[in-house]
Amino acid sequence: MEVTSVNNNFKSEEYCINMGPQHPATHGVLNLLLTIDGEIIKKVEPDLGYIHRSIEKMCERDSYQQIVHLTDRMDYLSSNINNEAVCLTIENALQLEIPERIKVIRTIIGELTRISSHCLWWGVMGMDVGALTTFFYGFRDREMINDIMEETCGARLTMNYNVPGGLMLDIHPNFVKRVKAFVAHFKTKIPEYDSLLTENIIFQKRTKGVGVLSKEDAISFGASGPVARASGYSCDVRKYHPYSALDRVTFKESLMTEGDTFARYQVRIMELWESLSIVEQLVDNIPEGESRVKTNAVIKLPKGEYYQKVETARGELGVYIISTGTKSPYRLKFRSPGFSNLSLLNHISVGGKIGDLVAIMATLDLVIPDIDR
Amino acid sequence: MNLTLGIINNIHDWLFGVMPEGMAAIVEMILIALVYLGIFSVVGLFLVLMERRVAAWFQLRIGPNRVGFQGLLQTVADALKLVSKELTGTTKADKFLYNLAPYFVIISSLMALAVFPFTKDFQAFDINIGIFFLIAISSIGVIGILLGGWASNNKFALIGAMRSGVQTISYELSIGLSLLTMVLIAGSLQLSEIVEVQKNGWLIVQGHLPAIIAFMIFMISGTAETNRAPFDMVEAESELGAGFHTEYSGMKFAYFFLAEFINMFIIAAIATTVFFGGWLSPFGLTESIPWLGVFWFLSKTLVLVFLIMWFRWTFPRLRVDQLLTLEWKYLLPINLVNMVVMAFIVWLNLTIQF
Amino acid sequence: MTNESLKEVINRFVPNLEFSEEGSQFLNILVQPGQLHRLMLELKSNNGTYFDYLFCLSGVDWGEELGVVYHLESTTHRHMVVVKVNTQNREDPAFDSVCDIWATAEFHEREVFDFFGIKFNHHPNLKRLFLTEDWVGFPLRKDYVDEINMIIK
Repeated sequence: MEVTSVNNNFKSEEYCINMGPQHPATHGVLNLLLTIDGEIIKKVEPDLGYIHRSIEKMCERDSYQQIVHLTDRMDYLSSNINNEAVCLTIENALQLEIPERIKVIRTIIGELTRISSHCLWWGVMGMDVGALTTFFYGFRDREMINDIMEETCGARLTMNYNVPGGLMLDIHPNFVKRVKAFVAHFKTKIPEYDSLLTENIIFQKRTKGVGVLSKEDAISFGASGPVARASGYSCDVRKYHPYSALDRVTFKESLMTEGDTFARYQVRIMELWESLSIVEQLVDNIPEGESRVKTNAVIKLPKGEYYQKVETARGELGVYIISTGTKSPYRLKFRSPGFSNLSLLNHISVGGKIGDLVAIMATLDLVIPDIDR
Repeated sequence: MNLTLGIINNIHDWLFGVMPEGMAAIVEMILIALVYLGIFSVVGLFLVLMERRVAAWFQLRIGPNRVGFQGLLQTVADALKLVSKELTGTTKADKFLYNLAPYFVIISSLMALAVFPFTKDFQAFDINIGIFFLIAISSIGVIGILLGGWASNNKFALIGAMRSGVQTISYELSIGLSLLTMVLIAGSLQLSEIVEVQKNGWLIVQGHLPAIIAFMIFMISGTAETNRAPFDMVEAESELGAGFHTEYSGMKFAYFFLAEFINMFIIAAIATTVFFGGWLSPFGLTESIPWLGVFWFLSKTLVLVFLIMWFRWTFPRLRVDQLLTLEWKYLLPINLVNMVVMAFIVWLNLTIQF
Repeated sequence: MTNESLKEVINRFVPNLEFSEEGSQFLNILVQPGQLHRLMLELKSNNGTYFDYLFCLSGVDWGEELGVVYHLESTTHRHMVVVKVNTQNREDPAFDSVCDIWATAEFHEREVFDFFGIKFNHHPNLKRLFLTEDWVGFPLRKDYVDEINMIIK
């Protein structure tokens, strides 16, 4: 239906192709309507909604404990951080005092989730620019995190580990040991990533100067996460609005100024190091204590509006709850990072080649369920 | 080999004995064609398996190892599956060209196979313009790809086909010029003659510096010519889905697929023949046993095939404009200068001879 | 800037603003639909406020009224404010688009249009984003009913 509306303003030498909904580069069911002149992209128009489940509407029906489980299915690669966002909003609204142990464990799990997400992104990034081997290297390291998660949370992808008031269960006795083993392992693997892909001349030629996003545009388009930080826009929620145990760790915000695809790539590689250092700082001294605070069986938030920002692997996730004092929210809005990041795709890819678009898409690191909430 | 040669001669005599001369010649040609078809399919299937095992090795995997010993029959099973698959296509495709395209690709690579000397006297067609024939034949394959992409009535396929046209026409030039550089030193276009010349040392040693440069250019443009990564613009699965063969299925797809692997083998075989002494053993180790030439020829070729696979599983893909920049702004000028240098070396007798 | 001084500055931009901090961690500003675009432009361009980052734009069905909530942050001053605008008109609600001020609003406004049916004047490409063109109704409105797809408990 939308193809026809594009058709009307065609020039004779331009044509339209559907990239997606089943296309290897769109990483899910995203449909991009490309207007192309030869190889050069004239316009990119995303066509969304292929897997829209209306999570926001479902939230208006469900209880607060149930909502947490829905958020796993949004950005499934940083599911723990999504859970945490909702839990934090609810806890802040109830003014619950959360013990240190829970905060520290949440932060460690969150950073592990970020590393796991970036591992997958790195593998897929390589694959999108044609280096198929990277995928398996990324997955090798992600597998270790998945094993840790499986042992502690019982699941490998949609963990549901955070609940309002704390954690579902305490950590597994092996957790600390295995996390340490992973940190030691992964420290030797990031340089391998660099030598396989980052230092490759073809890769650098493919990514440098491609899809340049200026700082002003990044802010105006509401970009967040590595996409914005690569343009020199300092926006790390972990720095500006620290939550859980992030206020007591020291880490550097990964910033680049070039704003091109290579900068976005490098920011994520830097984030791997930073997340690793955060995990390292916390894993040795997890305080003793309760792993869950008692809450009422039916949680009712006081009347009012609550907003909580967290930094997922893709950027700033916002949870906006309007409560009227009942057992489910009156309105719940997720401000998803992918949605805003997608909106700038057209802006930075016009004028490039099809190959550039694929590289740009890879560094925007879109997860479609995050956009189609 | 002497024994085999004897059998071949016996068959030849017998054929011409029982049949009129014209008839016998045709039957003989058919027999040779069948033998080459056999070689073709065995090489193709083996290379596919090898690619998968090499890829698995690079990617921390095991690869196919269930069907037959170490997965040796895996590709046979795959081929059987492809044969039994339905041949689909788009309704608005140009049916004639659509069906013709795979044959262009596969026949051109099959024809190229005929001129290689696998060992002494084991050569179907010892044409005196062998190198020229190879270059000419290899440009026919691209017509198949262009036709397939155009006739599929699919925009992704069309983009892939156009990229292929651009790419092959450009890199043809580098292949031709780098081979021509070597012809200067070999002094012949005939492949058996070129191998003969290398009894005094492989051409890559004889021609030292310019020959090494020519070899590198040949491998780069050869990889591009066969449309393999990092030059697989034509398929570029993350950009174009499957590129020019998006709309092909079953055996027609298998033809494209096999042709790609045979072309890779051909590029490696040309490099072996022209740069690494063909079926000659290193330092004349087994010169007295001519049938070992097949072993030497194949092992050299497979090492080069491995090199091409190594490229594929390590490098990211180039962008289409970078591909052309590489050819026209770097490889071509280097190639021309290299040829002049080679001419001087040959003229001033600076080659290394053993 | 503290909420108090923000209130003072913003109050000078346009008349008839209602401020409240009750039940919210941010300063809430309720603006008349007619003044919306003027206020937003002023919030963005004034050096004292400089809200250059629109981080959340949500449509809300308040029951009687339909509204849009804008969450703004300044990347230089690091203060935040919430702007709300409501309309009684449920048949043909329309506000001025702010996508000339913040580019991100283009997609967010399309999302609001898709789910709440709120139109945005001067929007360059206002059409359904997630749902198909022929979808009847606006699912996130409170009075939306769909007996086949919705499970009510």
